[in-house]
Amino acid sequence: MTATVERQARHAGFLRTWVFSTDHKTIGRQYLLLGLLWALAGGLLAGAMRWQLAWPDTRVPGWGQVGPEAFNMMVTMHGTIMVFFVAMPILLGAFGNFLIPLMIGARDMVFPRLNMMSVWTFALASLVLLASFFVPGGAASAGWTAYPPLSARAEYTGVDWGMNLWILALALEFASFLMGGVNYLTTAMVLRAPGMSLLRMPMTVWQQLIAAALFLLSVGPLIAGAVMLLLDRTLGTGFFAPDLGGDPLLWQHLFWFFGHPEVYVVFLPPLGFVLDVLPVFARKPLFGHRWIIGATAVAGGLSFVVWAHHMFMSGMDPRLAMPFSVTTILISVPFAFIVFAMIATLWRGSIRFDTPMLWALGFLTMFIVGGLTGIFNGSAPADIYINNTYFVVAHFHYTLFSAVVFGGLAGFTYWFPKMSGRLLSEPLGKAHFWLTLVFFNVTFFPMHHLGLAGMVRRIADPLQYEYLVPHQWLNVVATVGALGLLASQLVLVANVARSLLAGRRAPANPWQANTLEWLAASPPPHLNWGPSLPVVHRGPYEYSVPGLAEDWLPQAAPAGRTV
Amino acid sequence: MATPSAYAAPAGLRSGPSAAKIAVWWFLASEIMVFGGLLASFVVFRLGGGRWYDASEHLGVTLAAVNTLILLTSSLTIVQAFAAAERGDEPGVRRGLALTVLGGVAFLGVKAVEYSIEVSHGFVPSAGIFWSFYYTMTGLHALHVLGGVVVNAVLLAAPRARTARRVEMAGLYWHFVDVVWIFLFPLLYLS
Amino acid sequence: MLRSMVDWMGWLPENVSTFGGDIDGLLRLIFVLTVAWFLITFGTLGAFLVLYRRRPGRRAAYVRGERLREASWVLVPVAVVLVLDLWVDFRGAPVWARVKIDRPAEALSIQVTGRQFSWEVVYPGPDGRFGTADDRQFLDEIHVPAGAPVRLVLRSKDVIHSFFVPNLRLKQDAVPGRDIEAWFEATRPGRYELPCAMLCGFGHSGMKGWLVVHPPEEYAAWVREQWS
Repeated sequence: MTATVERQARHAGFLRTWVFSTDHKTIGRQYLLLGLLWALAGGLLAGAMRWQLAWPDTRVPGWGQVGPEAFNMMVTMHGTIMVFFVAMPILLGAFGNFLIPLMIGARDMVFPRLNMMSVWTFALASLVLLASFFVPGGAASAGWTAYPPLSARAEYTGVDWGMNLWILALALEFASFLMGGVNYLTTAMVLRAPGMSLLRMPMTVWQQLIAAALFLLSVGPLIAGAVMLLLDRTLGTGFFAPDLGGDPLLWQHLFWFFGHPEVYVVFLPPLGFVLDVLPVFARKPLFGHRWIIGATAVAGGLSFVVWAHHMFMSGMDPRLAMPFSVTTILISVPFAFIVFAMIATLWRGSIRFDTPMLWALGFLTMFIVGGLTGIFNGSAPADIYINNTYFVVAHFHYTLFSAVVFGGLAGFTYWFPKMSGRLLSEPLGKAHFWLTLVFFNVTFFPMHHLGLAGMVRRIADPLQYEYLVPHQWLNVVATVGALGLLASQLVLVANVARSLLAGRRAPANPWQANTLEWLAASPPPHLNWGPSLPVVHRGPYEYSVPGLAEDWLPQAAPAGRTV
Repeated sequence: MATPSAYAAPAGLRSGPSAAKIAVWWFLASEIMVFGGLLASFVVFRLGGGRWYDASEHLGVTLAAVNTLILLTSSLTIVQAFAAAERGDEPGVRRGLALTVLGGVAFLGVKAVEYSIEVSHGFVPSAGIFWSFYYTMTGLHALHVLGGVVVNAVLLAAPRARTARRVEMAGLYWHFVDVVWIFLFPLLYLS
Repeated sequence: MLRSMVDWMGWLPENVSTFGGDIDGLLRLIFVLTVAWFLITFGTLGAFLVLYRRRPGRRAAYVRGERLREASWVLVPVAVVLVLDLWVDFRGAPVWARVKIDRPAEALSIQVTGRQFSWEVVYPGPDGRFGTADDRQFLDEIHVPAGAPVRLVLRSKDVIHSFFVPNLRLKQDAVPGRDIEAWFEATRPGRYELPCAMLCGFGHSGMKGWLVVHPPEEYAAWVREQWS
């Protein structure tokens, strides 16, 4: 339906409508498609890795024997793909593009052609990364963190062009998101509909903007580092080479100065989705909405001064450890506020447990676990033991997975009707949620124990270590969980396919929600609104306002019908 | 393409900087962090002591000083171009832009001469940590100069695309490139 | 099995290090705090989900949480979080100093150099100086006496490795181009595994050594045997 309206409006052909489109909604769908394809790749890599860990040196179905070089490549590419080619394109590229103009009452982004360039740059980055698998020497295998000297000299890994292409793919990806970030921030500053003040913007938009700003301001040093690494590899410069006067730790500082804000770049957008979903399904205002914005800004600012908590054991000056421990633990304060505010939003609510709400609650609970284990990692002396063990792997999967998968699916199931014009099946949705929740915990909870037992990261065969042999059963449990987790996603695929092919048509506002995007048709036509833009009269969280007949009051409604 | 008005802000509802200016400032903020990362790394190495910095003696300070003058002048000429654009003085705009493009090309030319002198003496990027930093920092800067030259040349060659606002944005970017050089020059050349 | 999943601290391997108890104590403190917060948040959340399910005829309360009185319900727990956070670091700082900053004055010195994919261990020999003729090199094994401080000088020949002895609660990266010191004092004789804890190439998996702690007389005998 959208395509027809677009074509009529612009006399455009198939290519202009679906491939070279400047419509933010189409660009959002393109990012989603690319991100989901990479998610399949990243998930299969994880499955292969987990199979090898549980049953070392057996043949992995669909791959064969996983040797140590291949394992390192899988570890590296799984991390790289999930962070840069799944989380960012889906959470920022897809949702940000689709939702920001709709939620602020604009017809599109302020720079539509720049927007199209950004998704095509991302597509190019994807091709470059894909190519890296097929060059001699294979894809990068120095970890997604790419520490030199391992990553700086081909002879240390046996990977040559694969690593160079990895750097180039990341550079292109950064360029794509820099373009997107500039677009999002400028659009929100200049294209808000009449009455849409900054504080009336929904949390989804706020979190996209803060994430975009964090990305713009933190990626620079890593771009510098990536240039240095590429030159070390190709021109023989010595930035990270001690024998030429360089320092391997320089890379770690540059990488993590970006790396820490980056995890918030990934985390904040789905946090925004959940902060918007909770009020809708509890029929209550978001508790402390303005305080939450402030807390996020504080967390974002603090994220620039915690980076060396990834480097406690690195050999940097030990006197730096306690200051960074303090800044790190302080970050838990704004996030504690946000978690408590989310729980308070439910107090005296009228809670409906539709699928988006289940995912939102899953996000909240799993993030609490991940956030709590962060306290172990953030204390330098505790980190002496758990650094580079599976405890860290457990921590970041509980935080990142809760964000990307639980938060992402909260957003996906919530806005699917708007994006596609169809409704998803509730029974399939609930089944998918419970299967994912159970298998997720079966996979990652045992990793806390494995880490405390001393299992180090990035090893291909735990049975090589005598002290790990008695704990191998935990690795088997985690692998069974991982395989179940992967299989469970088929329920989502079935749900989406069924809906797109034969699902019930979605009304404009199936959830009775207040924000502006629900005023537009499902899916919205090209240029989103009819002849005139919506006019905004209030904030986004006016649910269960006393004295009104309905328990919701849209942002653009002139006034509520009183009882 | 839909008509431009479809993407325009609601009329009369906003004052303040244009969308283009906001966008360029965000872009420049990210660029500041790129060069900031490089410069901070250089400074940290410098503070760590060591004789590696002595290699800077082999740089041509005179040539670089000339380049600094060229770049500063070209920042002036692009400001003149913008002022002319606001006045509607087309010949003035063309003159300002042409001089700026000339300045940028001259800068790159002098840089190329510097590089060739240094390479002929064996001072290549792999010759030591100082040279690694020198080539990377000035090379990345030169790429940005080249980008600016291209933008300015396009504006010069395409009168219908040449609005006052676009000249202003090009000027903003050009000043940034100039400011980066103001930091690079003393750090690398004047110890 | 359920008990073992709940008792996280029970998974730590045997501690044979003088400072290991400090680190375990800190881990235990953090564990107690995090379990408490876990129970409070999950408990409250669970209660709300049950109590405030949608029921016909009952409407949600219009609470925005913006005024200080309402917001205090959240601000007060946040303040408690802040205080407990700072207490964790207050308790942790002396532990960090003990392990990473202060060094015992007198100690047996050993050079440990990581390379793809082994640990080269060099003893200075009776003259107590490295780089002399009586140095001895071993591969993937370190012998020390129980009850005496040991000073390690960690180096690397190629990429970053990480020296990790779980039973000592000791970890330190070995970086090429640097000499990084670490120390420990083992309390019990035994054989303790030493996995490399930093991805260092295709041989990272399986790169390990052994720390052999001898009773003092047995160590003396070992020394006599090596330098006879």
